[in-house]
Amino acid sequence: MSAHVSSPEITFHPEHSGSTKKIWRTFWILSLLTIIELVIGLVIYNIHKGENPNATLVLAFKGMVCILTMAKAYYIVSIFMHLGDEVRNLIMTIVVPLVLFVWFIIAFLSDGNSWKNLRNTNAGSKPYTEQKVEHKAPAAVEQGDKK
Amino acid sequence: MSTTTMPAGTKWWSGGRSPFNASYGKVMMWYFLMSDAFTFGAFLISYGTIRFSVNNWADPNHVFNAFPFAGHANLPLAFVSLMTFILIASSVTMVLAVHEGHNMNRKGVEKYMILTIIGGIAFLSCQAWEWTHLITGDHAVLVNGQVEHWGTTVAKNPWGPEVLHNGQAIATPGPIAFGGYFFGITGFHGFHVFSGVVINIIMYIKTKMGHFDQRGHYEMIEKAGLYWHFVDLVWVFVFLCFYLI
Repeated sequence: MSAHVSSPEITFHPEHSGSTKKIWRTFWILSLLTIIELVIGLVIYNIHKGENPNATLVLAFKGMVCILTMAKAYYIVSIFMHLGDEVRNLIMTIVVPLVLFVWFIIAFLSDGNSWKNLRNTNAGSKPYTEQKVEHKAPAAVEQGDKK
Repeated sequence: MSTTTMPAGTKWWSGGRSPFNASYGKVMMWYFLMSDAFTFGAFLISYGTIRFSVNNWADPNHVFNAFPFAGHANLPLAFVSLMTFILIASSVTMVLAVHEGHNMNRKGVEKYMILTIIGGIAFLSCQAWEWTHLITGDHAVLVNGQVEHWGTTVAKNPWGPEVLHNGQAIATPGPIAFGGYFFGITGFHGFHVFSGVVINIIMYIKTKMGHFDQRGHYEMIEKAGLYWHFVDLVWVFVFLCFYLI
């Protein structure tokens, strides 16, 4: 039943099951993960609406969303793109270079964070003060209004 | 991994066979997608770097809270979840088309390719609406003590922190990078969706003309499918970086 690519370089053909059960199961898993992500997104929205948003809690929820996204990526690549059915050599030649992203993310985000520190400490010449614009007018803006 | 049919002790690297057990075209499609992943990754990480380096950033729940025909109702995440589900659904129809291709069922491939193309066009329409809404939207911004009305563009970001002005809360200009990153990255992704739709239409026509039946296999559908799923994969990360966190 399975169509065979007539090419001498291909040693064997992965078994393609006749049923679409696995595809639909993956669809439901992806939908469920997306719904959980949306719920977490709305939770973050409601935390932000409060008086004093708990930064640690928000960070924890954002971390959870990142982990759920990695799970979705795994299911798409492994099941929908059939990488999970390929031989180990193909899996490794695709996945191993992507490990560079680990360095990439850590290096660049910490670089951004270092910039923020330089900004808020005036390149280390004053103590760290985050210029936060609260829900009240800075003095300068109010003076500008009166003129 | 289905290793059931793998001949034991195969010498993968001694020549005469593909060490990846895949045709040249399929391996190259994988390498292209891997390089594209690095392009998207570089864009998203650059966005993350800028976001880490500033004290304030636009809150996605305020920027993306509109829905077509819903007026000014505050519906955070609603429209973008619709877009996400459209893309997941079109991914499923694509993988079903690949599945029908394995079974050499031309009618099935045609049916699912049509559904995938419709999903892609629906996603692009949603994105067109979202961009129009953002660019033409009118938001009061306090600029040097004067109230101005700004849309969200690559040059203007009306989503900065709020201050009190004449007793009312009003936004100040936010980091200018917001529009550039948002339109740049979602635009690059949208361009991928567009080219994916074009590729899928070509594949549909080739299926309809019986090219793959003559060839004896539907591997082209598989390769187009890899590209289409990659577009969905990128959206998962764009969705995370721009709308959720």
